Amino acid sequence: MFPRPIQQQTQARQIGYQALLPFALILWLLPLIAVFIFSIKPDADFASGNFWGLPSSFEMFNNYGKVFFESNMPRYLFNSLLITVPTVIGAVALSAMAGFALGIYRFKGNLLIFFMFIAGNFVPFQILMVPVRDLTIDLGLYDTITGLVLFHVAFQTGFCTLFMRNFIRALPFPLIEAARVEGISEIRIFWYVVLPLMKPALAALAVLIFTFIWNDYFWAVVLTQGPDAQPVTAGITEFNSQFRAAYHLMSAGSIVAALPPVAMFFLMQKHFIAGLTLGAVK
Amino acid sequence: MSSVTTNGARAQRGWYKRNEIAITPWLFLAPAMLFFAVYVIIPIGQSFWISFHQWDGLGEATWVGTANYERLLGIGEQNIDRKFSVSFWNNLKWLVLYLLAIPMGLFISLFLNQKVAGIRLYKSLFFFPFVISQVVVGLVFSWFYLPNNGLFDQIVGLVGIDIKGGMLGNPNTATYGIIAAGLWPQTAYCMILYLTGLNAVDPEQVEAARLDGAKGRKMLWYVILPQLKPATFIAFVVTIIGALRSFDLISVMTNGGPFGSTRVLSFYMFEESLSEFGFRMGYGAAIAVVLFFIMLFFIVYFLWSMYQDEKGGH
Repeated sequence: MFPRPIQQQTQARQIGYQALLPFALILWLLPLIAVFIFSIKPDADFASGNFWGLPSSFEMFNNYGKVFFESNMPRYLFNSLLITVPTVIGAVALSAMAGFALGIYRFKGNLLIFFMFIAGNFVPFQILMVPVRDLTIDLGLYDTITGLVLFHVAFQTGFCTLFMRNFIRALPFPLIEAARVEGISEIRIFWYVVLPLMKPALAALAVLIFTFIWNDYFWAVVLTQGPDAQPVTAGITEFNSQFRAAYHLMSAGSIVAALPPVAMFFLMQKHFIAGLTLGAVK
Repeated sequence: MSSVTTNGARAQRGWYKRNEIAITPWLFLAPAMLFFAVYVIIPIGQSFWISFHQWDGLGEATWVGTANYERLLGIGEQNIDRKFSVSFWNNLKWLVLYLLAIPMGLFISLFLNQKVAGIRLYKSLFFFPFVISQVVVGLVFSWFYLPNNGLFDQIVGLVGIDIKGGMLGNPNTATYGIIAAGLWPQTAYCMILYLTGLNAVDPEQVEAARLDGAKGRKMLWYVILPQLKPATFIAFVVTIIGALRSFDLISVMTNGGPFGSTRVLSFYMFEESLSEFGFRMGYGAAIAVVLFFIMLFFIVYFLWSMYQDEKGGH
């Protein structure tokens, strides 16, 4: 193990390390802690210049209540959910199939197609922006949730296929050969043999894509406008112009917007990290 | 009549059965390839095409040849587009400074790679910033940087530094302020990559090296880092991509200002194509193509590395 385990070092060092940990953490998360304190402060604190001190009164319920009942925030959150969940299902389904095809079969162009998916995944968004926006307008899907979902599914499929294919490659191939010898059809092999083994990969991608899509801002701005279809990342700017300079409400809104992926991460930590390392680092 | 159809169906199934192994992969690939082609591959080509036109996005596009590129790069009698050169240099700053996330992430991961009570929770809390949307990170940091009232301004005020207009209001510091905000989640990402990598480091090698008297920096450099190579590679890939994709933070924190000093190519492209200044799609597409070529340089390198692995692995 590197660095040398702290247990093998002097007592003083051990205590020092234990004391340093919370201190370092607070320093690291200082911006977030500050925003949380912002969000429970009364309006008056900001007027009197008490930005970073303790709140003069506890206004948590008031502030968050305003976010939920006096703004479009719930609508934006709901939109985000309607965009994120179908995207996760679509991208994971498409890439599980594509990953199966690329990971199991040998055929001409296999590696080429695989690399096309990877390369497409690294492309700058801007080179897709104008044509994708036009396509979405032509399909009559501008400013709709469907329009955003279709694009997200397509784009995330690149990353997901990379992940799925590598995962399937690592599965024991004799298992599939044995199934073939038994005369099981290829489609059934996918469904009954490979898919059950892919559960960890499916879970990892699902949480990861959830976070990516929830946090997307660029495409939300390009493909939607207004509270009908906009997700919370884009909605927060409108929210902020509604409550200009009302820091207590803007910070409460930000925390609400950031919460779902955070919850997802803490619930599914193991899968999340497996996904982030692209399965390459075990 | 009915016997004919069953015969036909049987013949068909027979044909499929005979070619099952050859056809199945294409059946499975079809939906993903269709989506990817329509929304990713074809648009890249279309952007190239649009970049040779003058187009407001609504009416007819007029062919202008390479005029957009000439204007952008200042070929011929005109000067280089100043906004373009500012964006380009800012992109370089992003690229170079963003890479700091890798050693910083490594440092934090070494700090946290211990087995003490509650360390798991510490690790996930350190990773926290990455999970939050960049929009929220941008907002948080713009409050942190507020002139006079901002915590940052007050802290640097203690040592007598006064940035005119605040960190984000001053054209000389604004870009660095945004990059610092971006480094926060990116460092968390690199940290988690290294933590996972450190888990897989071969303990026997470490012990052997210890017996040979290696420790500290030497051990890190000659024994640990070589084993962390896959993690470093991924950290490098995601950091480069992240640096070139920077858009959200700029849009939220400064909107390209003050005086256009924080623009990067991705932001400038968006501004030209879809902002109140008008819909100059052709010119925007030309900027996107330039950005694409910068990215392509890295993409080719990544793919080449992966291809080497692929050849070695099978």
